[in-house]
Amino acid sequence: MSKVINTENIRKQFPILNQKINNYPLIYFDNGATTQKPLSVINSISDFYKNTNANIHRGVHTLSRKATEEFELARKTITNHFNIKNDQQLIFTAGTTDSINMVAQSLASNYLQAGDEIILSAYEHHSNILPWQLWAEQNNGKLKVIPLAENETLDYAAFEKLISEKTKLIAVAHVSNTLGVITDIEKIKAVAQKHKIPVLVDGAQSAPHMQIDLQKLNVDFFVCSAHKIYAPTGIGLLYLSEKWLNELSVSKVGGGTIKTVTFEKTEYAEGALRFEAGTPDIAGAIGFAEAIRFIDEIGMQNIFEHEHELVQYTQQQLSQIPEVIMYGKSEHKAGVISFNVKNAHPFDVGTLLDKYGIAVRTGHHCTQPLMQCLNIQGTIRISFAVYNTKSEIDFFIEKLKKSIKMLL
Amino acid sequence: MSIEEIEQEIIEEFEFFGEDWEAKYEHLIDLGKALPLIKEEQKTEEAIIKGCQSRVWLNSELIDGKMMFTADSDAIITKGMVALMIRVLSNQKPEDIVKAELKFLDKIGLKEHLSPTRANGLVSMINRMKKEALSQVKI
Repeated sequence: MSKVINTENIRKQFPILNQKINNYPLIYFDNGATTQKPLSVINSISDFYKNTNANIHRGVHTLSRKATEEFELARKTITNHFNIKNDQQLIFTAGTTDSINMVAQSLASNYLQAGDEIILSAYEHHSNILPWQLWAEQNNGKLKVIPLAENETLDYAAFEKLISEKTKLIAVAHVSNTLGVITDIEKIKAVAQKHKIPVLVDGAQSAPHMQIDLQKLNVDFFVCSAHKIYAPTGIGLLYLSEKWLNELSVSKVGGGTIKTVTFEKTEYAEGALRFEAGTPDIAGAIGFAEAIRFIDEIGMQNIFEHEHELVQYTQQQLSQIPEVIMYGKSEHKAGVISFNVKNAHPFDVGTLLDKYGIAVRTGHHCTQPLMQCLNIQGTIRISFAVYNTKSEIDFFIEKLKKSIKMLL
Repeated sequence: MSIEEIEQEIIEEFEFFGEDWEAKYEHLIDLGKALPLIKEEQKTEEAIIKGCQSRVWLNSELIDGKMMFTADSDAIITKGMVALMIRVLSNQKPEDIVKAELKFLDKIGLKEHLSPTRANGLVSMINRMKKEALSQVKI
């Protein structure tokens, strides 16, 4: 195991892991769906409600000022983690889905034209398909899809051929939530910049596993959910490049987004607040920042290496089971493995593993088009977090073999 | 045998396994493998009961005043559950099927499969069996 990561100490910070499921110790391998939360995050939320709760950006009273300071400090902490130049480029949203919907609605109002085209990839989660599909249906638009190449990586050669004069946006998953394969954003960007097409990166599955430097990544939009990064549910972020911070129209309006309002006209605020209508999830933002402190203390690179080691080890173990078919066996992976057992339904395997206390995900993982590309109904997905260990994998492999024996 | 009598028979059959869930599931899987299959041509879109993950196909016919069910599923554990339901409800009078409380599932420790989050389509299957029986009840 990684020399830097002390999983024993880390696990002490996650009380939920210390429980039995069906008389077996819980093994939580469904981190791609959501991660568990460390005590520091849980406490930061209850501390806020115990000691600081007030609405922000308005009151002159002490608590309101303190709550505002904590909320804006949270924005700064997260800004630093992602190396964003200006903290106003970080907009708090309800999560990845909310962020993508906001961008789609905003772009639809004054950027996308009828008949335009958007390029997605075969990896996309439904939440990076549906908002664009809705726009396309209403505007006679077209979605084009970067196909799969061998080994279930994306076919970058085919990608450039999809570009036309009508291409107005490229929206791609940074990491496939089903396969764990990392998209080569540099290759996407090289083509996009040549044709001056903006790029949206769905970081829902990359932000939990990799160090992300948004100045270096240098795309137009980046979105992710906090709950997959040890933070609470219901909050996430939308990063806008400086250009789009000034140019993107608002899709949601309401309290907090304004400078002045008359019944005739509204002058909107500048920066992030323009996009944060209504009272935001203040405690969620504070919990999000606390989760960022948690991972920064361990070090994102250490987390990546630890999880990479777990993925390598598991793939090696799985490849020795003749009934197992693995998908997306790329070298460039982040935290996720998908497989099937020949002649067994993923649901059956998942049901038996659950009986052994092992939480995995089965089904289409909200990527039905990818399942269609692979010509399968679903897969069994295991996804790791910083607290997972090699001995958990050993137990999982042993019980997987047992389950296969029972099923076949 | 009546529905209750078959339920009792299944309860006794499963009591044999005690707390050994592995043996219980192996039995369930064996039941699934032995399920009298629905005819391929009857596996129509209409016959399909969609769960989120596994699918169930169900066919029913009224023969001599009794409902005859055949079914299939693409998941073997679901198929085992389907086999149990068919054993209890097939070859019974429609009015008895409509009234059946199916308490045996709780007693054999497989009630978790009826939770709506199981996504296996079993709850929908029982509803469909009852609905098809109801449509045959003479008023």
